[in-house]
Amino acid sequence: MQIRLEALEKSYKTDSSLIKAVQSISLDIPSNTVFGIIGKSGAGKSTLVRLISLLEKPDSGSVYYGGERVDNLEGMDLITKRRGIGMIFQNFNLFSSRTAAGNIAYPLEICGIQKSVIHERVKELLALVGLTDRGNAPVSTLSGGQKQRVAIARALANNPGILFCDEATSALDPQTTRSILYLLREIQKKMNLTIVMITHQMEVVRDACEYVAVLDDGKVCEQGRVTDIFTHPQSPVTKDFLSHISLSLSEDAPCPDGIVRWSQDGGHYTLRFLGDKTGEPILSRASRICSVDFNIRAGGIQHVSTRDIGSLIVDIEGSQNGIEKALAYLKEEGVIVEDREGNIL
Amino acid sequence: MSSIQIIVNLVGTAALQTLIMVFASTVFSLILGFPLGILLCTADPLTGISPKPVLHQALTRIVNVLRSFPFIILMILLFPLSRVLIGTSIGTSAAILPLSIAAAPFVARIIETALKEVDTGVVQAARSMGSTNMQIIIKVLLPEALPSLVSGITLTIINLIGYSAMAGAIGGGGLGDLAIRYGYQRFRTDIMIASVIIILLLVEIIQFTGSKISSALQKSR
Repeated sequence: MQIRLEALEKSYKTDSSLIKAVQSISLDIPSNTVFGIIGKSGAGKSTLVRLISLLEKPDSGSVYYGGERVDNLEGMDLITKRRGIGMIFQNFNLFSSRTAAGNIAYPLEICGIQKSVIHERVKELLALVGLTDRGNAPVSTLSGGQKQRVAIARALANNPGILFCDEATSALDPQTTRSILYLLREIQKKMNLTIVMITHQMEVVRDACEYVAVLDDGKVCEQGRVTDIFTHPQSPVTKDFLSHISLSLSEDAPCPDGIVRWSQDGGHYTLRFLGDKTGEPILSRASRICSVDFNIRAGGIQHVSTRDIGSLIVDIEGSQNGIEKALAYLKEEGVIVEDREGNIL
Repeated sequence: MSSIQIIVNLVGTAALQTLIMVFASTVFSLILGFPLGILLCTADPLTGISPKPVLHQALTRIVNVLRSFPFIILMILLFPLSRVLIGTSIGTSAAILPLSIAAAPFVARIIETALKEVDTGVVQAARSMGSTNMQIIIKVLLPEALPSLVSGITLTIINLIGYSAMAGAIGGGGLGDLAIRYGYQRFRTDIMIASVIIILLLVEIIQFTGSKISSALQKSR
């Protein structure tokens, strides 16, 4: 379902001042996409999602779902409209008094759906999120990733047209984040959902979203296709987000140790330079002295507490004798040399 | 009749009176206090699911006034009401009314506290799914708060055992009354000790059972 926001405003009174959490935000969220809204803490993104998801009313402005104005609904109309959207949260917000299946059944129960129908639907949903055998598990026995899967299943129970994800992966580790984002994208395609993803992690935008709006100080400072924003960021806030992006979430270029690998070919040796050695031109000296050539395949720097460890994945070309001499020279210079299997030579 | 038999008879009758008073007033104070506690939680102007500042303020005042009354005064004040509702202002059944009225605001606070402990995020999630306020109360707040509710009710019962000792003042009988009339006023230390032991056992059994139920509920989630 397409979502349109028109000049949304929302402010809060505190004892001393008026906080303008959302200031004249207008956005078009196309149907059937994953739309990211990124911002730092206090940028107003939580308020914005509460406005779009009908949990709060804006001071002024309007929200449209598929052309229908929804921000002014009251009573049962509002409740019915809420039943047509799904929402997941950073802290999962599952009912601890219910099992995984019981949680998924809740939104169906409140709509007065028959028990037998609920039972079947819950089974389908558990299968959809890959938790077929955990239906009877109490929520407290589930891992973070499993909890979020249950929350996703619960949010999707009523076949919503829109799914809101409020920092849905912020409490999860990178691997789990990746699997949850993957699941969300799969579901988006399968169910023709519009997903609105609120996050402070640019990695999440990169890995899951098609469009993105960057929020700062209650306003949208930049929006567009994720590919455009990544290649031509305009606002300083966006640039700042992009400069802090960690590479470790990408699926296409897995680099568990902070190393960028352009290709998986070659790379017979891994050289590790400890902090104080990184300033010296050891490689080119080795190359000259032993008359070998280094072909650098990948490289990166890891920060390990107070020390930096530089890593280079290389191939060494030259005579057998030269290669052995070069390896000996590197070791002499304090470089740790590993072979492809990670054994230290 | 041997003196042991007399003691058993006296203590037995008194224990039964205490049990009747405590059981009945627990039931009535829950009937009165439970909705009050739910209202206090849901009408809260800041955290409630349906904020009603005026109602909340009014309920808070009533609860506080009732809670600050000394129980013995409350009993006397409620004489006329007892006569209307129960037909008499003395005796075991007459004591049930002031006990219930005294415990109701306590129950209300305990229910309110237990319900407010429920994670606001969970309530928000229920709201975002399109729950009505009634559904939030019945399907979310109460089940989520169940372990604390059980602990709170246990506390109420034990408090009522204490209050019921004062029911002797209006001829309500019971173990506390027995301990005062026989043990203190007639120097029957043996009866005093027997009464106190039975009260102690009652409190221990109720606390043990309450804690067991509460932790079993907690463990199963």
